[in-house]
Amino acid sequence: MNRILVIAEHDGRRLAEATARAVACAQAIGGEITVAVLGAEVAEPARAAASLAGVAHVLTFAAPANAHALAAVQAPQLAAVAVSFSHVLAPSTTFGKDLLPRLAALLDVPALSDVMAVETATRFRRPIYAGNAIVTIEAGELRPILATVRLASFEAVATGAAAAAIEAVAVPPELPAHTRFISVTSQDSGRPDLATARRVVSGGRALGSAEKFQLVHELAAVLGAAVGASRAAVDAGYAPNDLQVGQTGKIIAPQLYVALGISGAIQHMTGIKDARAIVAINKDPDAPIFEAADYGLVADLFEAVPQLIAELRSRGR
Amino acid sequence: MKRILVGIKRVVDFNVRIRVKADNSGVITEGVKQGINPFDEIALEEALRLREQGLAEEVVAVSIGPPDAQNQLRTALAMGADRALLVNHAGVIEPLDAARILLKVAEREQPFLVLLGKQAIDDDNNQTGQMLAGLWNRPQATFASTLEIREGIARVTREVDAGLEVLEIDLPAVVTADLRLNEPRFVKLPDIIKARKKPLDTLDPAALGAAPRPRLTAVHYAPPPARQKGQRVKDVAELVASLAAKGLV
Ligand SMILES: Cc1cc2nc3c(=O)[nH]c(=O)nc-3n(C[C@H](O)[C@H](O)[C@H](O)COP(=O)(O)OP(=O)(O)OC[C@H]3O[C@@H](n4cnc5c(N)ncnc54)[C@H](O)[C@@H]3O)c2cc1C
Ligand SMILES: Nc1ncnc2c1ncn2[C@@H]1O[C@H](COP(=O)(O)O)[C@@H](O)[C@H]1O
Repeated sequence: MNRILVIAEHDGRRLAEATARAVACAQAIGGEITVAVLGAEVAEPARAAASLAGVAHVLTFAAPANAHALAAVQAPQLAAVAVSFSHVLAPSTTFGKDLLPRLAALLDVPALSDVMAVETATRFRRPIYAGNAIVTIEAGELRPILATVRLASFEAVATGAAAAAIEAVAVPPELPAHTRFISVTSQDSGRPDLATARRVVSGGRALGSAEKFQLVHELAAVLGAAVGASRAAVDAGYAPNDLQVGQTGKIIAPQLYVALGISGAIQHMTGIKDARAIVAINKDPDAPIFEAADYGLVADLFEAVPQLIAELRSRGR
Repeated sequence: MKRILVGIKRVVDFNVRIRVKADNSGVITEGVKQGINPFDEIALEEALRLREQGLAEEVVAVSIGPPDAQNQLRTALAMGADRALLVNHAGVIEPLDAARILLKVAEREQPFLVLLGKQAIDDDNNQTGQMLAGLWNRPQATFASTLEIREGIARVTREVDAGLEVLEIDLPAVVTADLRLNEPRFVKLPDIIKARKKPLDTLDPAALGAAPRPRLTAVHYAPPPARQKGQRVKDVAELVASLAAKGLV
């Protein structure tokens, strides 16, 4: 039987929804699912992991050294338990992408990045070339199979299942001290989380300044949407880096994606391929974004967006 | 010698929209424009700036690839790398094998810093730097957007999902470049001519003690599922009506 270890992402208080999506991938593989929770504070995230549908066991690794997710510190702890599993999964977030390959190296096995579909317990599909091709990979006899899970491809499993057993793992006292956490700064926009939001409004270079980028926030507020940005908008300082959507930013799958003044470069489009509906407002009728947009409006965004806000408000949003 | 090792992968140019072969055995790379992986250009630029600030003495560019990867190494030399190493290997190279080879090169060259790209834009793996750091048992700082070198340590700002994270790491270490680390310089014609004289050595992976041993099999390549053709709307009113009809607003 497959024994699948899913590495949890959390902030010490809340379990990230990314974890529940990685568990969904584990369910698609099929087998007994264990979630590993590493942290200084693990009680809350462990409890949340234990109540995810399909989870049979939770392993906690509580230690001050785990207060911040440092791959160099966490990979050796996971390597000690990983050998008894057939699969080890982590979400394909900056957390999982940082950690899983290091763990793979310690185990001397390859890793699969961004698994988007499970064909069999050893055969997986993943995107390459910014999503312009999908490759099917067979891992054969290799164990454990390590993979990061592309979040946009899996719906989070339900929570509220009968609680799984939580077991504490003894953390070795000697852990690398060559990597030290200094700080993290995040701009809390007060808007929904971009990675998992049902609606997203993104702005591009056309917004022209951080002040004018507020228009994107305004429309997002009316729609109850998260805010995103193109690389050009982030590079220009209109929006912080964690709002970048695309090949090298976040890959998202909202129900509704609204692109304002974004040209539609392949690196951007790869981030929104799985969006249910794409709306594009761009003044250039030949902008490539219109090839992928479900609803395209050729217009100056500085005229169209205020109208759109007014129209949505008048509909009682 | 205070040395920086920089990974230079030859990949299909980022502007090319690749196509899958009709028999689903791969993607068409024949006759397609190739270049340096964009993140590796950024990694190289950072190494050159550190040398220009006097924080490094030598920048060595290394590529694992076919003989044609010499073109990308020549470009790296023209940008300013002091010398280049080609680890000759045709065909796919899994990140773990690339990391095993880079480890051998690092053991020979004894760099205080290995600068790689965060991901190669062909296979989009985003693994090699982390694997190298794991095999080398040294610190890693991935997704770097700023890098400061001090005596024996580096301070790195990382672009993470939550925002910007700052780490301090002991050197030697592996740092992988994100897009905003810097803007790479353009190569000037005289530099291209000068680069022809710079040393470019070829190494054999087996002789290094790291012959590739691929363990994953790509069994099928397919184009991504196509999106249905969309519609143009004439104005905001029609847009809102269309969205409302679909229950999207
Ligand atoms: C390795 C690599 C990785 C990358 N990763 C990413 C990534 O993850 N995400 C990403 O987004 N990009 C990424 N890029 C960059 C990408 O190639 C594009 O450069 C970028 O997406 C362009 O951003 P933009 O559409 O905002 O700007 P532009 O391409 O400049 O487009 C601006 C658009 O606004 C329109 N416009 C101008 N004024 C108005 C107006 N008043 N009203 C309406 N429309 C207007 C214009 O017609 C134009 O279409 C990457 C590039 C590389 C090389
Ligand atoms: N064949 C290679 N030659 C040189 N550097 C490589 C090679 N493969 C990967 N790298 C380095 O590792 C980084 C990440 O690659 P990847 O893990 O394949 O996404 C690249 O940006 C390069 O800096």
